[in-house]
Amino acid sequence: MDGVKHDRLKQLDLADLSVRDVNQYLHRELPTDPPDRVDILNPDGLHSIAAGMDHDVQIDIRGHAGYFTAGMNKKANVTIHGNVGWSVAENIMSGCVRVQGHASECAAACGHGGLVVIEGDASSRCGISMKGCEIVVAGSVGHFSAFMAQAGTLVVCGDAGKHLGDSLYEATLYVGGRLYGLGADAREEEMQDADLRTVERLLAAAGIDGDAAGFKRVASARGLYHWNADAHQEY
Amino acid sequence: MCGIVGLLIKRTEFRQQLGTLICPMISCMGTRGPDSAGLAVFQEPLPADQRRFALFSAQSGFDWADLERRFAADTDTACQVDALERHAALISTIPVDQFTDWLGDTQPGLHLLSVGRSIDVYKDEGHPRDIADRYQFQRMTGTHAVAHTRMATESSVSPQHAHPFTAGQDFCLVHNGSLSNPYSIRRSLEKRGIAFETDNDTEAGCRYLEWRMREGDGLEQAIQHAFSALDGFFTFLMATDERMVLVRDAFACKPAVVAETDDYVAVGSEFRSLAHLPEIASARVYEPQPEQIYSWTV
Repeated sequence: MDGVKHDRLKQLDLADLSVRDVNQYLHRELPTDPPDRVDILNPDGLHSIAAGMDHDVQIDIRGHAGYFTAGMNKKANVTIHGNVGWSVAENIMSGCVRVQGHASECAAACGHGGLVVIEGDASSRCGISMKGCEIVVAGSVGHFSAFMAQAGTLVVCGDAGKHLGDSLYEATLYVGGRLYGLGADAREEEMQDADLRTVERLLAAAGIDGDAAGFKRVASARGLYHWNADAHQEY
Repeated sequence: MCGIVGLLIKRTEFRQQLGTLICPMISCMGTRGPDSAGLAVFQEPLPADQRRFALFSAQSGFDWADLERRFAADTDTACQVDALERHAALISTIPVDQFTDWLGDTQPGLHLLSVGRSIDVYKDEGHPRDIADRYQFQRMTGTHAVAHTRMATESSVSPQHAHPFTAGQDFCLVHNGSLSNPYSIRRSLEKRGIAFETDNDTEAGCRYLEWRMREGDGLEQAIQHAFSALDGFFTFLMATDERMVLVRDAFACKPAVVAETDDYVAVGSEFRSLAHLPEIASARVYEPQPEQIYSWTV
């Protein structure tokens, strides 16, 4: 096992326990006698593992996990040593959720705060309706990412699929690779010094190498903020 | 919500284990589709002059031995019938048109599930785990199989409405999603003399693809036409005697995960349906892209 020699490690094996057992331990017992780290073994694509955390603890999920992994996370640092299904870190409030593999659709959907790091690719609708969280994707994101994103920052080191930032509000998006197409009311804007500093800060926080100078900034043109009867649905 | 799974065996020795490997995949996806289920299995092809007709009886307790006798007497053609519960595979050299005429004229309680040299199709109502047990899916051997667990959203729950759907010979399709224009597809095909057996949206998609292939398209071309013609959401998993083919619509809001090793290709709606497969920890696991055609050959 890695980690500090005197770490108190709690090991939970989903080959023997149900997800409900594991989550009830994390919610109820852990805060009364918290270990330094929790290892969750044999996730085998099961859903909702470590959802609803409200305690500052390191959790390692060792394998591929299913939908809603670390959903609604508060304070905890959750690392998934594999891929995740839909909606990892959905509605994250604080803390950090890191996926060492790829993430399926809707990663960090509706996230209010905290940091979500995807070391591989994220699929479509990454950061949909994000409300203030920060997301760093080392690979690429799929179509309709940051759809209706309201606040927060999405950094994509690779490419962004079609319709990036469709109906965007006040979230800011940075893309290091190719833009395959912007959504309605999203526009590319010039990178300012503050943007460079933001990308540098987030890459450093995520532990991902990259040159902020190569990123493009995408933000809302705010054309959809007011109804325009003459637009004939053309935006 | 429905579940789809598929398994294509690359390593010949594993073909004896096709059923054992795919059964947990089907049972696991029972949570996505608990009302009915079905499976299409592809085996070594019969001789060129023979066909396997997969039949389903609407009534339990059907006298399959009597069917074998009546078939021989009515058609003057030999046949072999392997029956289990409401399912039977009838193997004969009878021409397909002659068989379907005979079936329609004499066996109103039987439903033809598939025709071909390699394919056999099972489907029934109930929890997928129970259906797998009822029809002994764990004993299946063959090169590849696709299966479906259904949570009906647009047409009734019945064995006929369960997937896989078939059209023509040695072709089947399972579908997670819903089509928005199945009736216009159906009307356009009916004008060309293509008959439908249910009001299920997936049947329209299946018959559309098979019609395109009869018009001369390869499966890839037929799928490209389908991207334009079919409106709605779909992850389609298709199989022929030679291939397993996977596509998702442009929005890709119906899930799919692929796991590939040197020994097999496995497809599932969710990773957990693949988690028990051998060497899964070292498999290449990925999510198929929208409007990309993924094809694996036996």
